[in-house]
Amino acid sequence: MEMYLYIALFAPLAGSLFAALFSASPKTLIAGIVPSALLFVSFLSSLVLLVYVMGGETVHVEMMTWMATGDLYIPYGFLVDQVSATMMMVVTIVSTIVHIYSIGYMDHDKSFNRFFAWLSAFVFSMMILVMSDNFAGLFIGWEGVGLCSWALIGFWYHKESATWAANEAFIMNRIADLGMLIGIFLIYWNTGSLQYDKVFAAMSHVDIAIVSTIGIFLFIGAMGKSAQFPLHTWLADAMEGPTPVSALIHAATMVTAGVYLVVRANPIYDLIPDVGYFIACLGAFVAMFAASMALVNRDMKRIIAYSTLSQLGYMFVAAGLGAYWVALFHLMAHAFFKALLFLGAGNVMHAMNDELDPFKMGGLRHTMKGTFIMMTLASVALAGIFPLAGFFSKDLILEVAFIENHYILYTVLLLTAGMTAFYSFRLVALIFHGEERYKLFGFHPHEAYKYMLIAMSPLALLAVIAGAFKMTYFEMVTKVLPMTEYHVHNPIVYWIMTIGTQLFVIACILYAYRKYEVAKEDKKMEENIGYKILWNQYYIPHFYEEYISKPYRELSRIFWKDIDMKVVDATVDMVANVFYKTGEKTRGMQDGNLSSMLQLMVVGLVAMLALAAVYSIATVLVAG
Amino acid sequence: MFEAIAFYLFAFLTIAMFYITVMSKHALYSMTALAAGMIFISAFFFILGADFLGAVQIIVYSGAVMALYAFGMMFFDSTRELKEKTTPSLLVFGLGGMAALMTVIIVAAPIVSDNIAAAYPIVEGVGNTQAVGMVLFTKYLIPFEVAAVMLLVAMISGIVLAGKKMDISLTLVEDDEIPQHDKEKEKAES
Amino acid sequence: MMEIGLNHYLVLSTILFAIGLLGIMRRRNLLMLFFATEILLNSVNIAFAAISHFYGDLSGQMFAFFVIAIAASEVAVGLGLLVVWFKRSGSIDLETLKSMRG
Repeated sequence: MEMYLYIALFAPLAGSLFAALFSASPKTLIAGIVPSALLFVSFLSSLVLLVYVMGGETVHVEMMTWMATGDLYIPYGFLVDQVSATMMMVVTIVSTIVHIYSIGYMDHDKSFNRFFAWLSAFVFSMMILVMSDNFAGLFIGWEGVGLCSWALIGFWYHKESATWAANEAFIMNRIADLGMLIGIFLIYWNTGSLQYDKVFAAMSHVDIAIVSTIGIFLFIGAMGKSAQFPLHTWLADAMEGPTPVSALIHAATMVTAGVYLVVRANPIYDLIPDVGYFIACLGAFVAMFAASMALVNRDMKRIIAYSTLSQLGYMFVAAGLGAYWVALFHLMAHAFFKALLFLGAGNVMHAMNDELDPFKMGGLRHTMKGTFIMMTLASVALAGIFPLAGFFSKDLILEVAFIENHYILYTVLLLTAGMTAFYSFRLVALIFHGEERYKLFGFHPHEAYKYMLIAMSPLALLAVIAGAFKMTYFEMVTKVLPMTEYHVHNPIVYWIMTIGTQLFVIACILYAYRKYEVAKEDKKMEENIGYKILWNQYYIPHFYEEYISKPYRELSRIFWKDIDMKVVDATVDMVANVFYKTGEKTRGMQDGNLSSMLQLMVVGLVAMLALAAVYSIATVLVAG
Repeated sequence: MFEAIAFYLFAFLTIAMFYITVMSKHALYSMTALAAGMIFISAFFFILGADFLGAVQIIVYSGAVMALYAFGMMFFDSTRELKEKTTPSLLVFGLGGMAALMTVIIVAAPIVSDNIAAAYPIVEGVGNTQAVGMVLFTKYLIPFEVAAVMLLVAMISGIVLAGKKMDISLTLVEDDEIPQHDKEKEKAES
Repeated sequence: MMEIGLNHYLVLSTILFAIGLLGIMRRRNLLMLFFATEILLNSVNIAFAAISHFYGDLSGQMFAFFVIAIAASEVAVGLGLLVVWFKRSGSIDLETLKSMRG
């Protein structure tokens, strides 16, 4: 069993290193095939581990010691329990599919090899993150995915906007990582270890105020990774990267790392329900906030990015209210249909020559049948229509909110569900239905390669049937997570809720179709102040640029010019100058002038006489 | 009492003379003042009962040494006024004064003067010259002989350095070649 | 004050020594430098003679004696060198001795 663990963990690394060998060479197909094959091997190992873990066993290995200094003991340890196995499955399935898809998507790109090196490295970091058995390993994986996402977002580094977006993502993640580090420090300080089992066992004995602080700080780290408000602007800008990157990182894996952290640390969050409630409220706020921005956007990938943001909010609501297994389930289902959505968008982009404005497309369902079917399926799943996967996960979260008597949260989430349906089908309608506007702009769309569509199909399948696994999943994962069941006791209320939600969502879909089937740009609406606010993303990026970036840049300049150069440099130079000037001045002693030499001799004589006088007087005083 | 008067008189004179030596702008005045100072110093020796030493001081110093200096001055044509750039006086005077002060303090410290014992005590009932002679030729014989050799060396070096036609050695050239040598030299010079 | 003791002579010797130092530091003419050296030696002689008188020891006078001998030979050699230097460079100023450029 340990062998499978190591294979699952290190196969992506092997693939990455293999592709890295070719990174300076022009495109070779083998640099794409080998990592994909190795990732498939990793997927098979994860499958074996999943089956094993479903029986109730866990695999816990310690590969070697990392730090053993004083009281601190951190090993390279890996744990595969039910939660890890779920995450591993999600990561490996989506990664394998994205790798195979990328062989086709990056076909004409000259940095083909480098892409696969970074992509596999990312998967490796993510595996470390989910498989590690201590907070330090988690942090290593955390940083690793941050780094790889930076490289992948800024993959086309010649583009200024891409490098800017990559830096923004990395810096925002770093700011959040500070919070996470403080949380980890506090954990170590109060419990003396970083291993999950020891920490969770000792946590109940720690003072509740400190536990709250730890929970808050760990959540700050999760906020950065999962792009919660106010550290959310990087996710939309990260769409500068290639579409497979968006599919893998910003739909399925990296952004879910924050949710994984909260789920993994559930013993901590169980002790502090107030912090959990705050997390849930923030999640609900983000869900509505992001959905509102997606309503008016005219960039295809951005709409999907905001949708991811919104669904992450849902996951945090579930995690915050203590329904960890529900959050994890939604994470899994969401990964499938969101990745599918992104990959479909990639197909559309390729067909439309990297055009992103859906108003310039239309009627593509005639030319791109496969993509049309898959994107529609994904959108239906996202909207939460029975019997697709989204219904089981999303509506479950609505139930959780309702049962816990958080009616405000429930209302917010319900409205957001409506908005989600609206903007998803707005996008689908604009792209695939209506008249073929693209002909006006001179595009010649064609369907993607056959093997790319075949690669996407498992995701479509999973998006449809994932709901059926709910019970097996529940039984498996509650061996580790708290087994909390959510049933509305009154069946009438339950049915009203469910049917009512479905009807509301279907109504929103129909409204979207009606409005955007014949897509005309509504100039009057664009003048509306509400539209303007949403269009500019509530002016938040502008705010960050004006009030945070600019003053910081000014501060840096002051520190450089006025302090570093004038003070620190001057001091260091002064040390050298002292020697230099002393040498110059005393060089006059050796000028060959006999008279000055005689004078210096008398100076020495006087000095020695002074010493002798002091010495003799001192001796007299001491003896006397 | 006479001793006191003599001491102070000669002390004042000596200091004045030596001051003129050091500070004067005329070389001739310096030299004259130096000679006078030497004489006055010998007066001190006589006061202290070192008769032989006093006599030697006059003969050697004021006689031989000052004569040498006088010849030297004539040679260098230094009777003109000396033009010299002098250093900042404050530094120089300050240094000199401090040196003097330090030495006085050290020397006048009681502990120094208490620990001195005589190595060669003065024999009573004998004149100074005789006493000096007795010590010089018995206990100080070797330094005496060495001093004699040194004086010889100094004399020879003085002749070699300052004399004319000192670049060829007459003893190493054959006897009959000497007039020829002289002629050649006269031809070269004319 | 009336009673002349060893200290008086020593103070006198120190003053003369200081004057000699002054001369050494001030003078630019090499011949004048020699004069100052003579002053130094003489002051030391006074000190020797005084100590020998007040402690009843003849070794002070002996030393003064040898100092005089040495001073004489020093003058002879020194002047000889001075003559050679004057023949070579035409001046007995200190500055002509200087060959370093500082």
